[in-house]
Amino acid sequence: MRVSIQQKPFSLTNELESFTAANTAAGAVVSFTGIVRSEPENPLEYMLIEHYPGMTEKTIIKFMEKAAARWNLKDYLIIHRFGKLNPGENIVLVVTSSKHRRDAFDAADYLMDYLKSRAPFWKKEVSEKGVGWVESKPSDEIALKRWK
Amino acid sequence: MVKVLYFSWIRERIGHSMETIETDAKKVNDLIQELKTKGDGYNFAFSKPSVICVAIDQELGDMNSDISKANEIAFFPPMTGG
Repeated sequence: MRVSIQQKPFSLTNELESFTAANTAAGAVVSFTGIVRSEPENPLEYMLIEHYPGMTEKTIIKFMEKAAARWNLKDYLIIHRFGKLNPGENIVLVVTSSKHRRDAFDAADYLMDYLKSRAPFWKKEVSEKGVGWVESKPSDEIALKRWK
Repeated sequence: MVKVLYFSWIRERIGHSMETIETDAKKVNDLIQELKTKGDGYNFAFSKPSVICVAIDQELGDMNSDISKANEIAFFPPMTGG
């Protein structure tokens, strides 16, 4: 069980290999990776991610505990980066493992929905058209309602 | 004395990320009204209360949350993680 809020990049391959190697009792490992997107109509130069040190870690651990109480999980890992990120770089990694796939899928989905709008991160995009903070979307709130 | 933190565009509008203030405010909303008198940047930052989120001692709260025993209060816009 690990939470890492870090500036440095992570290797998806290394993280998944070591997670899986430590989880031989699990029959299912699910992972989600979020990457910095750049759309052709408005190419992104870079993204800046700010967070609330202390609260971020505490909040994520709370989501993990809720996920562990709700689904039959063997293990879980969350890595979330902050600082300056270029298009194509990894932002976030959520990995869950369980005996059977459904618990791992649902828990990863739940954790991502909570990370999106309840973990204290803020994204700023810098593109040719200008600089702007990413706004939260109504669809993120709707996504959370699924888990009530 | 309470530590007040600002993030994202609230921090940019106010011009700094942290300050320690003396206040008798009992509720988050009272504190916001007080902060708004500190200058144009504050007034601009808190002009739309519906888009302001608050955490009291690193737990999410709301405009009516009690802050009389708080050590750390943070103001920020809706979160955009993931």
